[in-house]
Amino acid sequence: MNVMKTMRRYDLALLALSVVTYLIFSFLIDERVISSFWRLQIVLMCINVILAASLNLINGITGQFSLGHAGFMAVGAYVSAVMTMWYDLPFGLALLIGGLAAAFIGIIIGIPTLRLDGDYLAIATLGMGEIIRITILNIPAVGGASGLTGIPRLTDFTWVFWAMIITLFFIKNMVNSTFGRSCISVRENAIAATAMGINTTYAKVLAFAVGALFAGVAGGLFSHYFSIAHPSSFTFLNSFNYLTMVVLGGLGSMSGAIVGATLLTFITAALADYPEIRMIIYALCLILLMIFRPQGVFGNQEFSLLLQRLMKRRKGGKGNGQAS
Amino acid sequence: MDNGILAQFIQQIINGVSLGSIYALIALGYTMVYGIMRLINFAHGDIYMLGAYVGFFVTTQLKLGFFPALILAMIAIAAIGVVVEKLAYKPLRHSSKISILITAIGVSLFIEYTTMYFLSPQPRTFPPVLPNQVFHLGSVMISFQQIVILASTVVLMLMLWYIVQYTKMGKAMRAVSYDTDAALLMGINVDHVISFTFAVGSGLAGAAGVLVGIYYNTIDPLMGIMPGLKAFIAAVLGGIGIIPGAMMGGIILGVVEALVSGFLSSTFRDAAAFGILIIILLIKPTGLLGKNETEKV
Repeated sequence: MNVMKTMRRYDLALLALSVVTYLIFSFLIDERVISSFWRLQIVLMCINVILAASLNLINGITGQFSLGHAGFMAVGAYVSAVMTMWYDLPFGLALLIGGLAAAFIGIIIGIPTLRLDGDYLAIATLGMGEIIRITILNIPAVGGASGLTGIPRLTDFTWVFWAMIITLFFIKNMVNSTFGRSCISVRENAIAATAMGINTTYAKVLAFAVGALFAGVAGGLFSHYFSIAHPSSFTFLNSFNYLTMVVLGGLGSMSGAIVGATLLTFITAALADYPEIRMIIYALCLILLMIFRPQGVFGNQEFSLLLQRLMKRRKGGKGNGQAS
Repeated sequence: MDNGILAQFIQQIINGVSLGSIYALIALGYTMVYGIMRLINFAHGDIYMLGAYVGFFVTTQLKLGFFPALILAMIAIAAIGVVVEKLAYKPLRHSSKISILITAIGVSLFIEYTTMYFLSPQPRTFPPVLPNQVFHLGSVMISFQQIVILASTVVLMLMLWYIVQYTKMGKAMRAVSYDTDAALLMGINVDHVISFTFAVGSGLAGAAGVLVGIYYNTIDPLMGIMPGLKAFIAAVLGGIGIIPGAMMGGIILGVVEALVSGFLSSTFRDAAAFGILIIILLIKPTGLLGKNETEKV
């Protein structure tokens, strides 16, 4: 009971914090204190946080190595664009339909492929992601190889920010639910989880579908910001990029996914002035990071837990300074 | 089936086998490294790209012919493969799979963009080092280049077969692949074996790079991405970690691709490759020649 109360208080504090953050940033953007370049980066950051958090649910929490996230993003990007362009649906509804379409594809892909594990699953999801992209490439109605152009520019900071907050709250609560616990048990040991009566296939597929859903929403936000959906934005290299964000922050940590996505977007943006060496530095950072801190910034810890532990240690330190 | 379609069919098979033998050469490197380290070396496609560039500089700057180019490229790329292994993968020998995989992606990007930085992203035209002769067998055409590609591939594969089956190093490779810890206990220097595997695998990829340069006449710093993935599919198709499997997978993939682009549409060529991958993973994830292993608790 007590734990529940502190949890809820914590949630409210986070909500208040996000409202404040939103107000500050939207003020800065409206007053044009932030240049258009950084405005774009902030929007990208929010979209990347959605992608990293949703991929973290699949890769980090459930332990299913997926490399096809860009494919789900592509489904969401194209479906929501078609919804707003051809059917004049309101943006929010179009995003939701895009997300649901991605989740549907996620289930269709997930049911057969999630029987595989480890490297084989990684390759299969990579292949699936590429098949989605090549299929889109061969549909002339949505522009084929030249991409779908003329998408109304509906995404703004408000949309991406609140979509990000909703995603994070949803996934956080999901991870802390019974379902989230069963996902973690699948990650730790699938056979033991089955022995404990957990339907591992159900847990895997549902995690996959929810991850795909948010990736689809992110795709919709993406295509409605740049007014174009192009197959080359959704290659497997993009999937790698999102995976890198998750691993950079710490696989299995929601805070890590946020920090990883923010950090990587920031690094990419900061290196934008040096296009020739940008990717070289990026690649070197990646290799060095993996050699020196393979568990990522957060490991699989959460920021809130670290904070709590830190506070407890400080309290404990005051109480029995001798013992420590 | 009337005569025209039959001739076209045979023609596509020939094209497919020559393309597939190049895939097979790259796939061998993937499969050997995976067999020994359980690592999907995503940088392997870029190692192959470097091979094409070495071949290019040897033929244009040093004005040497095909065979010196092939051999120099193999030696240079084998050295690069060993350096990559020592610098990037060795510190991670005991890390989790995902961090090694991300390192491999990092290495891949590093090689691609460093090449782009120093050698410009523009595609280069590979000089015609072989006579541009075409043989007609009825209505089927086979070019001199295709014959050279096939012959080189067969020779290289036989050499690899000899190394793996009949030399001491090959025996050590098989032992490490079977059980790394037991091999270590038997006094096998696992680090040496891994370096040697990288050298051989990279050397074969380097040869494949030169052959592709000759076949397609054009090379660029990002040419390794797609063939790298395709070769990987070929390795999985044959059963990853199994050397004859990689050869077989490469040829099958090449033939399927040639048939799809010849009879359907070339835009579906890549989708066909990935489709094969998915089908094989669902039906027999250990590959055509793989043995089924049940997971023990």
